[in-house]
Amino acid sequence: MWQNLPLFPEQASTLAPRVDALFYFLVAVSLFFGLLIAFLIVYFAVKYRRRPGRERAGTFEENLPLEIFWTAVPLGISMVMFFWGALVYFDYSEPPVGALNIALVGRQWMWKIQHQEGQREIDELHVPVGRPVKLTMTSEDVIHSFFIPAFRIKMDVLPGRYTTTWFQATKAGEYQLFCAEYCGTQHSGMLGRIVVLEPADYQRWLGGGAGGLTMAEAGQNLFQRLGCVTCHRADGTGQGPSLVGLFGRQVKLQGGKSVVADEGYIRESIIDPRAKIVAGYQPVMPLFKGLVSEEGILQLIAYIKSLGQEERTVGK
Amino acid sequence: MNSAAAPAASDALAARAHQFEDAEQQHHASWLGMWVFLATEVMFFGGMFTCYAFYRAGYPGAFAAASNQLDVLLGAINTAVLIGSSLTMALAVYSAETGSRRATVNFLLLTILLGAIFLGIKSYEYHEKFVEHFVPGAAFRFEGPFARPAEIFFSFYFAMTGMHALHMVIGIGLLAVIAIKARRGRFSPAYYTPVELTGLYWHFVDLVWIFLFPLLYLVGRHL
Amino acid sequence: MNGAPREHYLNVDYGIRSWLFTTDHKRIAWLYLLSLTLFFFIGGFFATLIRIELLTPQGDLVQSETYNKFFTMHGVTMIFFFLIPSIPAVLGNFLIPMMIGARDMAFPRLNLASWYLFMFGGIFTLAAAAAGGVDTGWTFYTPYSSIYSNTHVVLTVVGVFITGFSSILTGLNFIVTIHKMRAPGLTWFRLPLFVWSHYATSIIFILGTPVIAITLLLVGLERVFHLGIFDPARGGDPVLFQHLFWFYSHPAVYIMILPAMGVVSELIAAFSRKRIFGYTFVAFASLAIAVIGFLVWGHHMFVAGESVHSAMIFSFLSFLVAIPSAVKVFNWTATLHKGSISYDAPMLYALGFIGLFTIGGLTGLFLATLGFDIHVHDTYFVVAHFHYIMVGGSVMAYLGGIHFWWPKMTGRTYPEPVARIAALIVFLGFNLTFFPQFVLGYVGMPRRYHAYPPEFQVLNVFSSAGASILAVGYVLPLIYLVWSLRYGRVAGANPWDARGLEWQTPSPPPTHNFDTVPRVTEAAYAYDKEPEEVYEFGSSPSRV
Repeated sequence: MWQNLPLFPEQASTLAPRVDALFYFLVAVSLFFGLLIAFLIVYFAVKYRRRPGRERAGTFEENLPLEIFWTAVPLGISMVMFFWGALVYFDYSEPPVGALNIALVGRQWMWKIQHQEGQREIDELHVPVGRPVKLTMTSEDVIHSFFIPAFRIKMDVLPGRYTTTWFQATKAGEYQLFCAEYCGTQHSGMLGRIVVLEPADYQRWLGGGAGGLTMAEAGQNLFQRLGCVTCHRADGTGQGPSLVGLFGRQVKLQGGKSVVADEGYIRESIIDPRAKIVAGYQPVMPLFKGLVSEEGILQLIAYIKSLGQEERTVGK
Repeated sequence: MNSAAAPAASDALAARAHQFEDAEQQHHASWLGMWVFLATEVMFFGGMFTCYAFYRAGYPGAFAAASNQLDVLLGAINTAVLIGSSLTMALAVYSAETGSRRATVNFLLLTILLGAIFLGIKSYEYHEKFVEHFVPGAAFRFEGPFARPAEIFFSFYFAMTGMHALHMVIGIGLLAVIAIKARRGRFSPAYYTPVELTGLYWHFVDLVWIFLFPLLYLVGRHL
Repeated sequence: MNGAPREHYLNVDYGIRSWLFTTDHKRIAWLYLLSLTLFFFIGGFFATLIRIELLTPQGDLVQSETYNKFFTMHGVTMIFFFLIPSIPAVLGNFLIPMMIGARDMAFPRLNLASWYLFMFGGIFTLAAAAAGGVDTGWTFYTPYSSIYSNTHVVLTVVGVFITGFSSILTGLNFIVTIHKMRAPGLTWFRLPLFVWSHYATSIIFILGTPVIAITLLLVGLERVFHLGIFDPARGGDPVLFQHLFWFYSHPAVYIMILPAMGVVSELIAAFSRKRIFGYTFVAFASLAIAVIGFLVWGHHMFVAGESVHSAMIFSFLSFLVAIPSAVKVFNWTATLHKGSISYDAPMLYALGFIGLFTIGGLTGLFLATLGFDIHVHDTYFVVAHFHYIMVGGSVMAYLGGIHFWWPKMTGRTYPEPVARIAALIVFLGFNLTFFPQFVLGYVGMPRRYHAYPPEFQVLNVFSSAGASILAVGYVLPLIYLVWSLRYGRVAGANPWDARGLEWQTPSPPPTHNFDTVPRVTEAAYAYDKEPEEVYEFGSSPSRV
């Protein structure tokens, strides 16, 4: 809006108009009730002001139908707010299929980003317009929060686990990224830029980087260098289970419980393998905590995701 | 107003507590006050129990392995000692209620003794844990795959039993004060509220231990 | 009452010992009033520094570390050392025994102990500030507070821990007093709503405060002994801290508003000369807020990695907890209808409260709305919301109550014209300070930001300008109330011709409050009757 007196943030994602519509509804309801109360207070205070002949008050002490009315009406309106807000939230909770996967590692006081194709960015994220983008995020130290006002999205970035968020940009341009969870000295300096490009420009940008490894390729290198390949053979003859087709599958654990092999499960299995032992296997996998960085783990996950999706030679 | 069986004692009492109308009101107020206080203690310990439950659900194997390192025999002895001390405490209250001054003092002293035995055994256990490198921090060492969550288990072990022990120390202090007052003849069947309320506190501390013992010592054990 | 020298609680004994070792609930209220005023201005001092820094987009007044300490100390001081004790410890302590016809609290020595605990905790926290401060935010989120911060975290959490016991004992005292020491004829549903709201507050005091105590204790232990309870690198869970912290800190906000609502009920009744409309509903609404308030803590964690299901449940419950507050607002407004309304300063504060609390409460609905909260969580929208309730609500009610009962507490009246002007200055300054912050939050300015993008400056300047006006509004009462102690007109027992029991005894009251035990025959706010028809001061002498 006005350059120096912004009243509305820009709408640059598919979520933004939905959040703003919700906002306008809330504002309308609030204005109505706020003005109503303000009006009544002023009106009554003037009409019934104490003056000669009005030293004593009249009687108006209770009225059950009125109490029920003004309990039920706010309750009803609240339920509308609740449902509408929950609907928007629920729709936002799961990214659509076919989203572009971006890995993000936050740390004091910067954002480290890696695209599946291998491009790395610091404090900047290039994305194409019109395509859903999903971020898998973790922190190396304290809690941060990934906040893009123009997209109306926010999600905390936690140490020790993954959180995800997604958006679909609707307008090319540059948008502000803030850290929204106090994280120490340079919290207000932990800024970033989201650069939304037309699809053609995005492809050009992707290709323009130094020809590096994709995340899956980098993950494959790590898989071999760290020795994972010794136990996790594709044919399942190693000491550990084969990881082909693992991602997204149900895994049966010792003790009978079953768990879905998602990003969080894989990360945990690398950092602290004894937390969940696969049924039928011995707990002999060493801990890799400290031996691989958060970015490295995300690359390994990208590699493991790629296994079984196509014929690949895995291992030696 | 008030016409209790022992007017001298209750008048002395009423003079002590000017804000109350009579002894009965004072007794009721004190009793309610102690119960409200115990409710706050439930919430206080409850916070720790909740954290403990959360981590135990998350690391069942590790918690069992760590729990097995605790000395069940000493823990069981301590449990018996504390339950015994609750018995002597109840007997002290009964003695005060029935006006037996000497029995009141003796049972209070016995309760203190049993409490001290509990703390002694606990100190010995703490020392053992220190020697075995189970105290969380830089010197912590735990063989096997469960090292990290085991350290969390021991954090809770020390925090919860430590907080419990602190409450016992305070309880013993209270008992000592009450015992001295009992010896000086300050209580009678008409007025023994402090003994009664200290008893409530002591039973509560005992009850906390009744929960702590199986949760900390008996994880994954079978008789 | 003429001005003849008469013994009352202020002149019965002189000297510092008679104050520091008092067990008189009225003197203890004064001890709290003085210390709380000190903490209020300390917290206000930090707020001033914050608003001056935020006049410019760059962080150019102080370094980031220092700024982070400012907002932390502002929050810790204002919440734990001003707002939470304020109305209960000053007005609650002074008035509850009087309102129920008792001579003192159930446990007067415990009451004094509460004040000492409060001061002891306050000293720790001030020591932390003097030693260099703490920079974790008043929310102490882990792992920043437990591992990464290099500031005086342990000293601060110890201070808050100790002060928590002050709250617990005050709540315990109130509950037992209200249950056991009501005058003959004073049934529960004849109690003033001030007492009901303090009862509900006390439930939260005793059930919630121990949880923050143990939570902060665990953070302190983690820092000192390097435990791993909240450290993800050692298998701990930092989000567990958030659950524990907010389990107390959400009900804590109801601790901060319920007593204020109690004050407002008294003021609206007195200055409309009418019974509060829907008394029973208002009484039960206080209890409902206290109970439901324990079930909504997760709404602080909608983007903290909480599951969608949990978020939905907490959002739903958060809407429910708003309903009793709305009911109270409607009931207060309805009380004005057919009233006989005067515009004395306490009433201006009460009417201001209703308006500002309504805005604060409505914006709470914005935050409870899941889809919208994602956008404004941890932005200035939240800051504006809670300041509307805490400052526009609680502080206004506190000031209104201090003015209303000032004659009772001191035997003097304050200068009414100046007081009304000060109330208006507070109202205007407050709105100018905090309304722009709603906009700032919606356009995306996060909280706890030392420096910000330049396009946010105009709104920040409005806010800081408002703060300077608000400061004037707060300093004025300090001046004229102190002035009135010496030069104010001497007050009679009941200068407002109000109906509560506290007005049926001289101003200032004798130490034992009532010369004879009253008997109550009517419900509260019997403005259609004379006091003699409501209270029977028989011949049975009050025990001294």
